[in-house]
Amino acid sequence: MNAAVGASRKMTSVPPSEPKGEPLAGLQTRLEVRGLNFYYGSKQALFDVSLIVPIHRVTALIGPSGCGKSTLLRTLNRMHETLKISRLAGKILLDGEDIFRQDVTRLRRRVGMVFQRPNPFPKSIFDNVAYGLRVNGYKGSIAEAVEKSLRRSALWDEVKDSLHKSAYAISGGQQQRLCIARALAVDPEVLLLDEPCSALDPISTAKIEELLFSLRDNCTMVIVTHNMQQAARTSDFTAFMLEGHLVEYQPTEQLFTNPSDPRTEAYITGRFG
Amino acid sequence: MERHFEKELEEVKERLLWMGSLAERAVHQAVQAVLDSQPELAQRVLDEENAINEMQIEIDERVTKMLALQQLTAGDLRFMLGGARINQDLERIGDQAVNIAQSAQRILRHPRVKPYVDLPRMSEIAEEMVRDSLNAVVRKDVDLARKVLDRDDVVDSLRNQVFRELLTYMMENSAVVFPAFELILVAKNLERIADHATNIAEDVIYIVQGRDVRHPALDRR
Amino acid sequence: MSAWAGSRHRIVRKIISYLMLSLTSLCALAVMGVLLFILGYLVWNGGSSLSLDFFTKLPKPVGETGGGMANAIVGSLKLLLLASCIGIPIGVIGGIYMAEFGGKTATFLVQFTADLLNGVPSIVIGIFAYTVIVLKMKHFSALAGGFALGIMMIPITLRSTEQFLRGVPVALREAAMALGASKWKTIVTVVVPAAYRGILTAILLSLARVAGETAPLLFTAFNNRFWSPGWNQPIASLPVVVYTYALSPYDDWHRQAWACGLVLLGMVLVTNIIARTVLSRGISIPR
Repeated sequence: MNAAVGASRKMTSVPPSEPKGEPLAGLQTRLEVRGLNFYYGSKQALFDVSLIVPIHRVTALIGPSGCGKSTLLRTLNRMHETLKISRLAGKILLDGEDIFRQDVTRLRRRVGMVFQRPNPFPKSIFDNVAYGLRVNGYKGSIAEAVEKSLRRSALWDEVKDSLHKSAYAISGGQQQRLCIARALAVDPEVLLLDEPCSALDPISTAKIEELLFSLRDNCTMVIVTHNMQQAARTSDFTAFMLEGHLVEYQPTEQLFTNPSDPRTEAYITGRFG
Repeated sequence: MERHFEKELEEVKERLLWMGSLAERAVHQAVQAVLDSQPELAQRVLDEENAINEMQIEIDERVTKMLALQQLTAGDLRFMLGGARINQDLERIGDQAVNIAQSAQRILRHPRVKPYVDLPRMSEIAEEMVRDSLNAVVRKDVDLARKVLDRDDVVDSLRNQVFRELLTYMMENSAVVFPAFELILVAKNLERIADHATNIAEDVIYIVQGRDVRHPALDRR
Repeated sequence: MSAWAGSRHRIVRKIISYLMLSLTSLCALAVMGVLLFILGYLVWNGGSSLSLDFFTKLPKPVGETGGGMANAIVGSLKLLLLASCIGIPIGVIGGIYMAEFGGKTATFLVQFTADLLNGVPSIVIGIFAYTVIVLKMKHFSALAGGFALGIMMIPITLRSTEQFLRGVPVALREAAMALGASKWKTIVTVVVPAAYRGILTAILLSLARVAGETAPLLFTAFNNRFWSPGWNQPIASLPVVVYTYALSPYDDWHRQAWACGLVLLGMVLVTNIIARTVLSRGISIPR
C-alpha cells in the first residue's frame, strides 16, 4: 500500500520554514531616523519620529492623508530642502553617516526617488535613462548601463527597438517603469517611492509590484502608499503613521494579522474616520 | 503574469500533502498494530503524533498570512479556505489514528476475541478513502472526490455490523468485554476517519468548483 | 404651474444666441478685414516697385528714378542683430533668474519695472539712447539705434522667458534633482530645454515687434543713403526710409516707400508665422 502511496504522491521533504521571532535582528541597518521633528514654517508636521530601515527589504509607510508619510520620505534624500520654509531637527543616518554632512548631490545619487505621477523628461527614452549617468559623470559605457537599467525595470523588451523615441510616446505604466529605470541607472543603495502606482491602472500596478519584488536582492526600498493592501502585498516591514506620529512599526505580517495599537487596527480594517 | 505569491501558495499545498502522507501512514500503522498484533507499530504512531500537530499549526499560520496580505480572490481564496479545512480534518485523522494505537496497546494485553473479518474490510476502505481524497486534492479531481463521498455509506454500515457482532460477543461472554469494547472503539475511530476523508473530498469539490456540497439536504437552489 | 421655463423663454434664448453669434463673427471679420485691407493696399501700391534692383541696389540720387533699398534692408538686419545681442541675453538670463531664483520681492520688482519699461513710449527710449550714446559719441550711429531697439526687446524676452520657464512642471525639476543634479545643472539640462520652444518664439516675436519701430531710430541711427560699414556710422533702416520717402515730394520715392512698407510687413508676417509654427510643433510637455 505504501508503494501505491509513493507512486501517486511523491513524499518530498519539507523545506525549512522561516524562523520565527524578531525579524529585525540579524538584518543590517541601511537607513536610520532618530528623533526627527519637521516643520513647515511654524506648523509641525513630524513629531519625534524614529525608525530603522533594514537593508535589502521593502519598508512601507502607510497612514491617512496628512499623516506625514510623504514628508518623512522626502527627508530621506533631502528633497524637503527645495521648499524654503521647511525646517528639520533630528538625525538621519545612511549606513551610519549623517546625510546632512554630505554633499547633497552625492547623497541623491545614493538615495534615488520615484514620484507619484510618472515624470520623464521631454527627451528620448535613452536620454532619460542616461540623464543621471551623465549628470554624475559616469565613466563607463553609457549604452551598457542604460540597457542594464532597462532590463532591471522589466522594460527592455518593450522599448529596445525605440530607444530614440520620445519618452511621451509610451503608456503611463511604461513611463513609470522608465522613471524607475532612470532612478536605478545610477545604482542607488536606497530607492524611495512616493505612491508610485496611484496614477496607474491595475495591470501596470501589478507589473510594478512584481518589479519591486524582483529588486529586493540588491536594493533597499521605502515605499509610501495610501493603498494599504499594496503595502500588505509588497512590503516586508510596515510603519503606520498618524498626524505626524509613528504609531506602530512591525513586520508586515504581524501588523496586518495582529497589530498592537488599536488605531492601527481601526485603520487597517477600514473603520477609520 | 507570474506573481511572486504563487510560490507561497505552492508551499501551502506541499505542506498539506506532506501532512496527508503522515496521516495516512499513521492510520495504516495503527490499524496494522491491531490486526497483526504488533505493539511496536502502535508505539511508532504515538511517537510521530507531534509531527502532524506541528504541521497543522504551521499551515494555519501560512494561510492566515496569505489571506491577510494578499487579498486572495476566486480560486486562490477557495484554495486557502478549503486548505484550512483540509488541514483540520487531517489533524483529526491523526488524532483518530492515535486513538486506535492506544486502543491497540490495550487490546494486545488480551487474547484475540475473534477472527477479524469486518474490521480489516473497514480499515481497507477507510484507508483507501483517505488516500483517494488526498489524490483528489493533488489532481483537482472532482470525480475521484465524488467516489469517496459514495463510499461513506459502506463504512457506516460496516461499523453497525461490527457493533452488533461485538455486542453479541460481550453479552455471551463477560471475559471478553475489555478487548471487545476496545474493538468497538476502533471501529468507531475508523468510521470517523472515513468521515474526515469525506470532508476532505467535499473541500476538494469546493476548491475546484466553488460548490458547497456538505449538506445535500439543504440544497439551496 | 411647471417649475421649468416655458417655450417663449426658449425662443428668446434662441434669438439672443443668434445675435451674439452674428456679432462675434462680425468682429472677427472686421479684424481680418483690416489686416487684409492694409496688406492689399501695400501690395497694390508697392508691389510694382519690387524687383531684383530693389533688393540689391542703393538709392539713386535725388531726382533720379530707379535704384533700390538694399542698404535699408541690410541696415534693418544689422540693427536687429545688435538689438538681439542686448535684448536676448539680458532677457533670457534675467527670465531664468526670476523663474528659478527670485524671491517674492525681487520678482515682483523686476516684473513691475519690466512691464513699465514695456509701456514706455518708443520715442522716449530713443531720447534716452540719444542722450547716452549719440551725445557722447557726437554723431549718430548704428550702435545707438541697436541699443535703443535692444532696450525695447528686454521686457518682452524677459517676461516671456520667465513665463515659459514657470510653465515647466515642478515634477521635472524634482526628478532631475532627485538624480543628483545641482540647481544650475537642472536648469541648463532640463528646464531650459523643455521651455526652449516658447523662449524661441518669444525672441522671434520681440524681433518682429522692434523691426518696425521708427521713432527711436529717428535720432539714434538716423539715416544713410549709402552703405554703412562698422557700427559707428548712421545707418538706414526700412521704417525710417518709409517715413522719409513718404514725406517727400517725389512720386518715385512714394512708390519706393510703399515697397519698403510691404517688405517690412512681409518680414514681420513671416517671422510671426515661423514663431507660431515653432510653438505649435510641440508643446513639449503634455498636461
